[in-house]
Amino acid sequence: MNLSNFDRDAGMARLTMMERIRAFEETARRAAVDEELVLGAIHLSIGQEAVAAAVIERLRIDDYILSTHRGHGHTLAKGAKPEAMMKELLGREGGCCGGKGGSMHIADFGVRMLGANGVVGANITIAAGAAHGIKLLGGDQVVVCFFGDGAANRGPFLEGVNWAGVFNLPILFVCEDNQYSASTLTSAMTSGNVADRARALGLRTTEADGNDVTTLAATAVEITDRIRETGTPEFLLAKTYRISGHTYFDPATYRPEGEADHMRDTNCPIARLRTELAAAGVADADMDALRRAAADEMDSALDAARAAPWPADTTAFIDVQDIGSPAQEAF
Amino acid sequence: MTIMTYADAAKLAIAQAMRADQTVWCVGEDLGRGGVFKQYSGLVEEFGPERISDAPISEAAIMGAAFGAAMAGTRPIVEMRFADFALCATDELVNQIAKARFMFGGQSRAPMVIRKPMGMWRSSAAQHSQSLESWYAHIPGLVVCCPATPQDNYSMMQAAIACDDPVVYLEHKNIWAVEGEVDTSQTAEFGKAELRRAGADVTLVSWSHTANLCCDAAEMLARDGIDAEVIDLRSIWPWDKAAVLDSVRKTGRLLVAHESVSVAGFGAEVVATVAQTVPLKTLPKRLGSPRGLIAYAPNLEDQMRVTAPMISDAARSMMETVPA
Repeated sequence: MNLSNFDRDAGMARLTMMERIRAFEETARRAAVDEELVLGAIHLSIGQEAVAAAVIERLRIDDYILSTHRGHGHTLAKGAKPEAMMKELLGREGGCCGGKGGSMHIADFGVRMLGANGVVGANITIAAGAAHGIKLLGGDQVVVCFFGDGAANRGPFLEGVNWAGVFNLPILFVCEDNQYSASTLTSAMTSGNVADRARALGLRTTEADGNDVTTLAATAVEITDRIRETGTPEFLLAKTYRISGHTYFDPATYRPEGEADHMRDTNCPIARLRTELAAAGVADADMDALRRAAADEMDSALDAARAAPWPADTTAFIDVQDIGSPAQEAF
Repeated sequence: MTIMTYADAAKLAIAQAMRADQTVWCVGEDLGRGGVFKQYSGLVEEFGPERISDAPISEAAIMGAAFGAAMAGTRPIVEMRFADFALCATDELVNQIAKARFMFGGQSRAPMVIRKPMGMWRSSAAQHSQSLESWYAHIPGLVVCCPATPQDNYSMMQAAIACDDPVVYLEHKNIWAVEGEVDTSQTAEFGKAELRRAGADVTLVSWSHTANLCCDAAEMLARDGIDAEVIDLRSIWPWDKAAVLDSVRKTGRLLVAHESVSVAGFGAEVVATVAQTVPLKTLPKRLGSPRGLIAYAPNLEDQMRVTAPMISDAARSMMETVPA
């Protein structure tokens, strides 16, 4: 660790974001397990917070991101409000999607978060298209597309990454390699290296430690600035680890015994950043205060969500389509 | 009023929309050379390769990227080349485009026209001949349009480009070169049928090229003194229930004809709707392809084909049927 140019304020900001993501998901998990308030499956990114915090830090509000079924962290990092997100997880009125999407379709177009996706890899072509739209309209925004290691084995990966290369689009593809495709070890189902696939498609490709938020943030600044400058797509493979199971109710017994505990003890991105901050002279108490503040923020979000009503029944028929909508169907 | 082909009518609507709105663009394989059926010929010269965009043979990416570009503020016209190939982009259309607005609580729109040339055409065999419009009618979120004439291919293309919903736009490959009068001041509305022929004895309901065959059948019936009314739905979602119900209230007889497979076809929807709403003089009838596959050899291909004589025969038999 090189402490000479370590930026304490930036470090504390990243710690704040990662603690908020962790607290949001721990709170959501408690709401699911203890109170059965979260009804559907939620996919936690516990252990992967650094990728969202580091890559999105540099983005502007008008830059776009697209996410995956494991998208709470990206959504929070882009600037969505936890209360609207928590209401969405509980399926309540005031949720960012009006209770129609839940965790797997969480989206906040106000901060240009164009949606999580329930279909692995489906966001890759859509993200390339958002970048295509930017180019056609002459904008200077960039798109960041997050997807997992498993998505690299779907066809849209080839089609979408090729598309971005062919049309030379301002997009960063971020493969968050958490090592598991649901309950299957991705390496057992993947021929070759995912980064090599991106290189073969002609994209400048960076491989990084996805749990080292400090270095990753610096890398992401370089890459996203370059994309904004050149309008040329790039690829980032961030190695990380999913400490939680695939869903909140997945005990993840398919993993070698002790693997997750070992990773939590040695490679948690939050713990690693705390070590850096402590070495830079930040008191544990100050860092603990951030954690408590994050927990309080998410508790308040849950309280608000718990108190919110269900969406009106009639909204089930709204926002399907303008022409021939079910609401207009008389018989 | 100008005489033009079915293909050129849609092209004219596209060119006019592209002149009026810089955010309208077309994307698909081979568009820079006019497209596989030359239905884009000349457009790249006027609008350039960014707005008449070639694409890799990547149907999923064509559909998905157009959707992303729609969410970013453009209005794409997507060319799928053959309706059959659009199946490679089914997730993008059905799981993403059709659902996004709803799933995201109304935050997004997908103003897209998705052109899928369909239907039987010159020994194209099983993977280049299908009519799958009923699949799309089953998917909430989509508008499904099947124009049968040059006029409608102009007016409905114009309506589709202006529409903020995703429109599955199914043109019939066998009538690209068919000419007809096109009045550019005439507009069309989804869910409003076209009365192709007024008649008092039997209602023929159809869409796409089979609506043209129904007009031919009506002329054959007229020679036998049977006065058929022909309703061209033009769009099957939404579809003009009121026009069909009004017509069968008058004629008391319903025959729905379509090129696609009869089983679970959209004709079943029309018949069911009428059957539970209006008492008829005779049992309603649907006429579609047998649930078989379309072959290469012309005589085998014809086994799956609905023809004007078949339509007129079916209608004639209904005139003789004892009351329901």
